Amino acid sequence: MTTITAYTSHHSPEKGLMRWIKTTNHKDIGSLYLWFAFIMLLVGGAMAMVIRMELFQPGMQLINPQFFNQMTTMHGLIMVFGAIMPAFVGLGNWLIPMMIGAPDMALPRMNNWSFWILPFAGGILLSTFFMEGGAPAFGWTFYAPLSTTFAPDSTDFFIFAVHLLGFSSIMGAINIVATVVNMRALEMKLMDMPLFVWTWLITSFLLIGAMPVLAGAVTMMLTDRNFGTAFFDAAGGGDPVMFQHIFWFFGHPEVYIMILPAFGVISHVIPTFARKPLFGYSSMVYATASIAFLSYIVWAHHMFLTGMPVAGELYFMYATMLIAVPTGVKVFNWISTMWRGSMTFETPMLWAISFVFLFTIGGFSGVMVGIAPADIQYHDTYFVVAHFHYVLVTGALWSIIAATFYWLPKWTGKMYNETLAQVHFWWAVISVNVLFFPQHFLGLAGMPRRIPDYSLQFADFNMISSIGGFAFGTSFILFTYIVIDCIRNGKPADARPWEGAKGLEWTLEPKAQYHSFNKPPTRELIKQESQNS
Amino acid sequence: MVDTSVRKKITKTFWIKLILSPILMFAFAYAMVPIYDVFCEITGFNGTTGRINSEQVYAIDESRKIEVSFFAMTMGGFPVQFKPKVNSMEVIPGKFYTTSYIAKNNTDKVVIGQAVPSVAPTEAALYFKKLECFCFNKQVFEPHQKIEMTLRFVIEPELDKRIKDVSLSYNFFKIKS
Repeated sequence: MTTITAYTSHHSPEKGLMRWIKTTNHKDIGSLYLWFAFIMLLVGGAMAMVIRMELFQPGMQLINPQFFNQMTTMHGLIMVFGAIMPAFVGLGNWLIPMMIGAPDMALPRMNNWSFWILPFAGGILLSTFFMEGGAPAFGWTFYAPLSTTFAPDSTDFFIFAVHLLGFSSIMGAINIVATVVNMRALEMKLMDMPLFVWTWLITSFLLIGAMPVLAGAVTMMLTDRNFGTAFFDAAGGGDPVMFQHIFWFFGHPEVYIMILPAFGVISHVIPTFARKPLFGYSSMVYATASIAFLSYIVWAHHMFLTGMPVAGELYFMYATMLIAVPTGVKVFNWISTMWRGSMTFETPMLWAISFVFLFTIGGFSGVMVGIAPADIQYHDTYFVVAHFHYVLVTGALWSIIAATFYWLPKWTGKMYNETLAQVHFWWAVISVNVLFFPQHFLGLAGMPRRIPDYSLQFADFNMISSIGGFAFGTSFILFTYIVIDCIRNGKPADARPWEGAKGLEWTLEPKAQYHSFNKPPTRELIKQESQNS
Repeated sequence: MVDTSVRKKITKTFWIKLILSPILMFAFAYAMVPIYDVFCEITGFNGTTGRINSEQVYAIDESRKIEVSFFAMTMGGFPVQFKPKVNSMEVIPGKFYTTSYIAKNNTDKVVIGQAVPSVAPTEAALYFKKLECFCFNKQVFEPHQKIEMTLRFVIEPELDKRIKDVSLSYNFFKIKS
């Protein structure tokens, strides 16, 4: 049964630029987040292109080492805080209210504020390029004392940018918790919630727990730099290793902040195109919660080489191995969902299947670097670079692209060009592997990360990797075209464009109206659209 | 119109919790500083050495010997020559020993510094106890002054039998004021 509930909106959006500045509508804010994230993805991607150009051949060709370090630092910061995180908040804004039968987010004005902080934070961060001494060049992990005693003056701007980004994320997270708890249709029980909502709810708790710790770390940096404290300065009784503990206490939950919503997206796409209910709904929920809990107690596996006692290394190693269990539950559930399903391979499904495959490669290399004695070999090499690009690019970013194609018909009421989208998929999936797979070999052979030049034996794989990088980079021109073409010229889409799709959002009009679910959905409808069946 | 009567009510305590938790986590980041210090002191994590206030009597096994090596380093252009008087000594666990480090200020200015100790392997740090050390206070070096700074220490017999070598290093940092 397809119910198309048409509501007449009691007012339509304002015209012109002020609509976007003043908006409190979750769909508008979702779009703003997504466009901001996309622009940042291109900015961060351009920096990656500069990095790959310099590494195309051994020797110093195009840029000086100082600028190279600024590129790696800003590429990491922009991609993490500017692209992946805002993209997921954008997806959350767009989808969560529609998925739980709510008319909007619980705190719409705060929602507006948490978005509009972002362009300013991004602007402050990027403005450091034009300052004396250049942008921060100490890596995205900004270890003290590199980021305190030896950093350029622009670091203070970086600190304020991180503060603002933190504020934005925390407000976004509070909003999502309040929305899920307060705005959920009264008839919707927790175990009726779609997995994207579940994963975002759990991610919100990670954000609320972890982002303030990052704010604390950068505040300590700020006072160390300017007000004579010595949190990280050994001369004053502080300890630079403590910086790493505080940073990674934030940093490890942070990596799950970037992947849990991705798990949610994939748990929607795969059942749809396998035309089967999601296998193991409740185990998915519990696995997500276990991963979130474990993410708080494994941080020092990033620090195996700081001279920890063996007992500490063993604890952090075993705790890290433990994360493979709930993650494995998820991967097997996705595979079981596809097992004997009537599968079709539309673009979102292609991205989702390649997510499962490639993310698992990243997961395996994660287990490898999590083994304390083996990590002595891998630490700070290109193997680590390959590992986290497999989980963040072919993991987090892949799910964002899958989500874009999957929900684009609902956002725009129009269908994208399937042929072009599949061409784009194959272009991206091949080039991304040419880009990152050789980096495993480079790392195992001992090429260190964050260097502008390398010895001759690394030349061939670097050239292959760079060629893959340029191909992957240009694939986003096609992606941009496909999305804009869909918005402008797409053919009208059905309310439920995917045959096997379940979820309250598909009961709305083909293009979800400006205000949806002014009346909450009925128990019957919720049951019918639930993933938990 | 949006019908709000069918929404769940959110309680005041929930709001307070939601807003308080980020503030508490921010405070927790600062709380990690003393927690880290206490943790290092208890476990010897990070090579933090212990301190005792008076000479104690330990059960002494004369046959057991440990080689202690001394290292000296300076950081960030600290303008004082700094080295151990002896590079290493043989030590029986439970006995107190005295040795010293020599420092010479080669400049025409008064230099103030703080030495930070570290013991390797970290498993030994817990049992390396100092009764007297120049690292307990900051040191003032008059222009061209050469001083001998004493160190009195004991390695407690509880130290793991497998450990035969211990190194103690000092890192001198300049203090601004």
